[in-house]
Amino acid sequence: MSKKPEKKEVGTTGHSWDGIEELNNPLPRWWVWIFYITIVWGIWYTIAYPAWPLLKGATEGYLGYSTRAEVAADIAAVDAKNADLVGRLEAADLNALSGDAELYQFAINGGRAVFAANCSQCHGSGAAGAKGYPNLLDNDWLWGGMIEDIAFTVTNGIRNEHSPDARWTEMPAFGELLSKEEIAAVVEHVRAISGQEADAALAAAGETVYLDNCAACHGDVGEGLRDMGAPTLNDAIWLYGGDVATLTETVTNARFGVMPAWSDAYHPAGGLSAAEINAVAAYVHQLGGGE
Amino acid sequence: MWDWIKIVALGLITLFAALAANWARDLAYQVHALIVMAVSAGLFIWTVRTAGDPKGPAPTGYMDGVIRYGVVATAFWGLAGFLVGTFIAFQLAFPALNFEFLQGYGNFGRLRPLHTSAVIFAFGGNALIATSFYIVQRTSAARLWGGNLAWFVFWGYNLFIVLAATGYLMGATQSKEYAEPEWYVDLWLTIVWVAYLLVFLGTIIKRKEPHIYVANWFFLSFIVTVAMLHVVNNLSLPVSIFGSRSVQLFAGVQDAMTQWWYGHNAVGFFLTAGFLGMMYYFVPKQAGKPVFSYKLSIIHFWALIFLYIWAGPHHLHYTALPDWASTLGMVFSVVLWMPSWGGMINGLMTLSGAWDKIRTDPIIRMMVISLGFYGMSTFEGPMMSIRAVNSLSHYTDWTIGHVHSGALGWNGMITFAALYFLTPKLWNRASLYSLRLVNWHFWLATIGIILYAASMWVTGIMEGLMWREVDAQGFLVNSFADTVAAKFPMYVVRGLGGTLYLTGAIIMCYNLWMTAFGKNQPAAVATPAE
Repeated sequence: MSKKPEKKEVGTTGHSWDGIEELNNPLPRWWVWIFYITIVWGIWYTIAYPAWPLLKGATEGYLGYSTRAEVAADIAAVDAKNADLVGRLEAADLNALSGDAELYQFAINGGRAVFAANCSQCHGSGAAGAKGYPNLLDNDWLWGGMIEDIAFTVTNGIRNEHSPDARWTEMPAFGELLSKEEIAAVVEHVRAISGQEADAALAAAGETVYLDNCAACHGDVGEGLRDMGAPTLNDAIWLYGGDVATLTETVTNARFGVMPAWSDAYHPAGGLSAAEINAVAAYVHQLGGGE
Repeated sequence: MWDWIKIVALGLITLFAALAANWARDLAYQVHALIVMAVSAGLFIWTVRTAGDPKGPAPTGYMDGVIRYGVVATAFWGLAGFLVGTFIAFQLAFPALNFEFLQGYGNFGRLRPLHTSAVIFAFGGNALIATSFYIVQRTSAARLWGGNLAWFVFWGYNLFIVLAATGYLMGATQSKEYAEPEWYVDLWLTIVWVAYLLVFLGTIIKRKEPHIYVANWFFLSFIVTVAMLHVVNNLSLPVSIFGSRSVQLFAGVQDAMTQWWYGHNAVGFFLTAGFLGMMYYFVPKQAGKPVFSYKLSIIHFWALIFLYIWAGPHHLHYTALPDWASTLGMVFSVVLWMPSWGGMINGLMTLSGAWDKIRTDPIIRMMVISLGFYGMSTFEGPMMSIRAVNSLSHYTDWTIGHVHSGALGWNGMITFAALYFLTPKLWNRASLYSLRLVNWHFWLATIGIILYAASMWVTGIMEGLMWREVDAQGFLVNSFADTVAAKFPMYVVRGLGGTLYLTGAIIMCYNLWMTAFGKNQPAAVATPAE
């Protein structure tokens, strides 16, 4: 193409517009041939594949190709390959899962994928959580860290309207029950028992408030209570935050963290199957804090 | 008499706009009604004051005033569009730039259509209108038909842009890509576009040349097809005559198909056919060479406009669209490859024998690189339309890279070259203020495009591979957030590419300004009228 057209005296068309003339060069041969080849290929392709609309439907093409059939076949192939493992996982005794090396590995792999697609949006793709969304890497569990506890939480969720078995407790908004001074005192007490810097006098006053109002769920020394989903307060791990402002907010207005019920029993279109729930429970259980 | 009709019409429009602003159901509609009211009130007063003034003799010669305004508008909207584009590129890299105080007006979702419309319709559209007015007059040896109708086209089109852009910021959108403006803005554009067609066609009809120049075939096909696309894709029913919301006529996959029939041919006829019209005039003019092949221009013109219109379904591979439509879209896209390249061959071969000018003339260099990017993206497009390739590239940044190598490389560069060509001629200057600055612009823009396209290829293919990555047991390996995190460095590179491109455009505007309005620019030697 870059070869200079040997001066073979190509004439112009004789037109001139604002000084622009046009040469009478023929079409470049390679251009014409590639154009022809694409046309022939195009005709063949429309015969081979579904292409031409008819009054009703369209030609199906002699290869019998269909995008939907293709993806369905791909999915069916994977399903068939995994059918045995999926069946075993569905019926597995979760506590004994780690004893079956092949099944356990399958569960972890599958659980990681389920987690990445469904859980990472709140709990983070590394499962380290965020404000209001628990870190799943540590051994501080709100509702229990046994693999069956985790599976139950995933199945039914927390404080949702979908599952009748959703884990459900509610912290009162103490702003309606306690005075501002009492709240300030109890916040200092909580900071003291969690090993943070606190006003000693206020904290001492706050202990009474704490024992009267908070200890029933969070325990006398802040050790928490899993039956109530009440967080441990005497450690350095915070779901919403351990600073004075956040604690005051928590005590005053309470918190109401919600997690969906993931089972397909409650969400037929997009929920997780029993095998998937067992898989993700096994995955989360082995992240670091499983009991 | 005509003045009185105008006065009455403008008065009525002002009145109705005031009522509409009063009864407006949403903010965008209200602001737009106020803009319309202000514009028509201003015109009303001006018409009253000038009514009955003695009309001078009908002007003769080429009508270049409106083209001068078009050149200024093109440069201005180009800057605005590139600036917003660069900013939203950084918003994607650093989400904190979606500042709290910008929420609801300046977050990514509101600014993105502002960017696309500003570059395609404001920058590209003004460039097309200005250059087509320039070219059709020169190649027809006739003044623009319709008197002041050309001014109506210019101001009407720019009013459309202002209404569209402010509407996006206030949330008035049909949510159809590249067809976001709501129903009343669409109606206004339809009126303006018909006026544009009349001016263009009228000028061709009264031409003094025996034949219609090839550039004008492309411009005419662009104007006619865009009118058809615009009307069909925007068929909708307003919810209220005093509100900006409307309901689309088509639903579901029919709506999607109509939208991408429109969307693809907006690229095909706005950004390809229209800009080929520009190319067919400015390249032979700047090179001082005849067009390479008349035959090639005929064949590739008809092949291009016949094939392009069917290629839209390739935007909807692997969706609810039936397979047969998807196949046809793909086949027509692949067959379109050579007809697209016909324009590149004709442009590049026109320059053959003038290759030495690449060293000495930065404007020629811009044209060459523009044609190079045109050729590259018209090869890449058919390739990406192949279903197997599309299954990897669709929804990834590869698409964004493809669009920008075409838009920044082909449309941007040929427009810059046209602006550099036009400005000295329109303002009667002997030459540009500085060729050195053109050179700077060329290199900044070229490096900017390369950074942009390369980073989007890398990140697009990477995210496509990450999305589909499965382990031996068929489980997906990555979460969506993993792909977003992995793309971060490439997003920064893309932002830098945009910054370079924007910097080049700022240099261009300075250069054009000094050429047109600088004190010491020598005037061109008067040439006798042709």
